[in-house]
Amino acid sequence: MTAPFVRIEDRLYQNRYLVDAGRPHIKVRPHQSPSANLLALTRICPAQCYEVNENGQVEVTADGCMECGTCRVLCEANGDIDWSYPRGGFGVLFKFG
Amino acid sequence: MTKEKFDAIVVGAGMSGNAAAYTMASRGLKVLQLERGEYPGSKNVQGAILYANMLETIIPDFRDDAPLERHLIEQRFWLMDDTSHTGVHYRSDDFNEPTPNRYTIIRAQFDKWFSRKVREAGATVLCETTATELVLDGGGKVIGVRTDRAGDPIHAEVVVLAEGVNGLLGTRAGFRKVPKPEAVALAVKEMHFLPEEVIGERFGLTGDQGCVIEAAGTISRGMAGLGFLYTNKESVSLGFGCLVSDFAATMESPYTLLDAFKDHPSIRPLLAGSEVKEYAAHLIPEGGYKAIPQLFGNGWVVVGDAGQLNNAVHREGSNLAMTSGRIAGEAISIIKSQGCPMGPENLSLYKAMLDKSFVVKDLKKYKDMPALLHTNSRNFFLTYPQLLSKAAQNFVRVDGTPKIEKEKATTAAFVKARSRWGLFSDAVRLALAWR
Repeated sequence: MTAPFVRIEDRLYQNRYLVDAGRPHIKVRPHQSPSANLLALTRICPAQCYEVNENGQVEVTADGCMECGTCRVLCEANGDIDWSYPRGGFGVLFKFG
Repeated sequence: MTKEKFDAIVVGAGMSGNAAAYTMASRGLKVLQLERGEYPGSKNVQGAILYANMLETIIPDFRDDAPLERHLIEQRFWLMDDTSHTGVHYRSDDFNEPTPNRYTIIRAQFDKWFSRKVREAGATVLCETTATELVLDGGGKVIGVRTDRAGDPIHAEVVVLAEGVNGLLGTRAGFRKVPKPEAVALAVKEMHFLPEEVIGERFGLTGDQGCVIEAAGTISRGMAGLGFLYTNKESVSLGFGCLVSDFAATMESPYTLLDAFKDHPSIRPLLAGSEVKEYAAHLIPEGGYKAIPQLFGNGWVVVGDAGQLNNAVHREGSNLAMTSGRIAGEAISIIKSQGCPMGPENLSLYKAMLDKSFVVKDLKKYKDMPALLHTNSRNFFLTYPQLLSKAAQNFVRVDGTPKIEKEKATTAAFVKARSRWGLFSDAVRLALAWR
């Protein structure tokens, strides 16, 4: 039994976003090699905002972020990421929620 | 407007914030409510089930115009393995009463309605405004908030932090900690649209009757987690959640598990042909009684999910949020009417009133449940569902094996998987945590 694979891009495409261009609300602290929790985000972030680049470091693209806070819960305390909410009105806009 | 001083500022326009703002405004307090979304509800995510009683206490005639989807007449609890579900279904015509007990709702629509009531009660609601920081005086008293709008801070005698599970202000001010990964579940949800009559046929419902399925088992692959399916008028809310700590340990992707849940042979036919129109994610407070932070201080109170006021065992969140918001609003109104200052000695009234309500009593009842499910998740969510499915199949399938041998095989399978002592101790610990 294999699940019908739905690409994350196709899922997020359903959603409405108002991206605050040039002002990402999440930043990853520069690092040589990622912590275990930071690496976990590449798998468990529900919007797949986190990816490993060719140098083995974790990068964030917050455009599709659903503002759930999972990355904050896992990675804010040890300083892996800087986390805020988007400016008022920006970010995800749920039609149903 | 920033020059004005308010009696209270409410941060957030979810269930708890709207309940607090409505309660205070309708008692004549000058209330400002801040919401970072484009409209109230645009940032809010829930399954979602509305428990009528708690809203009725706040707005008795809500049924006249609140956007309600279906009233629930049937509840199914399923324990699943990869190919089966063993279920308890409760369906009763008693739920077809003149004032139904539970409804499904769509939060973006419901919250807009609730916010309209808040405005009609006299509160000022400012959307597209992210509160960024609490403002304290020299003595450590909260005297207002800073926002991302240009201008001076906005002042008030008390700030109600209804900022949700992932609230910024209270944690930045050091009033409470960011929840730990084992105290929050990450849930993902899709909205599947189907014609109204198709939903009616598939679930045996007529008119605005509704049905709920809540499912646990191997669908969470040994993690502490739950799947759900709620029928709305013309859509089905389908979701799946597990503890963040478990997701981090297993590196499972939430959307992969959601896909597998959708493709389960017991779920697939219920969704066939649906059109997905939204994908959402949200954290749910699961820490229970022991995770409740300090709920009041000098010039501030915290309500709803931000205060971890969620009953994970009964899957009740928004009614605890609504009730804590209402009680905070009542306490503040009483203190204000007595002309007393909003310091901790007076705001402790909120905590005292909350302790007497079902909110804290229910959470206290299950205070040991989160730890039990967290440390035993593989047994409760993987081993037992598989064993139960096997036992049920053994019971139902007729193949010429004598019944006594079937019973022995079933017992042996349980003992082999958990040992007699393990079964006994799981049962006792579950009973104690439930007591």
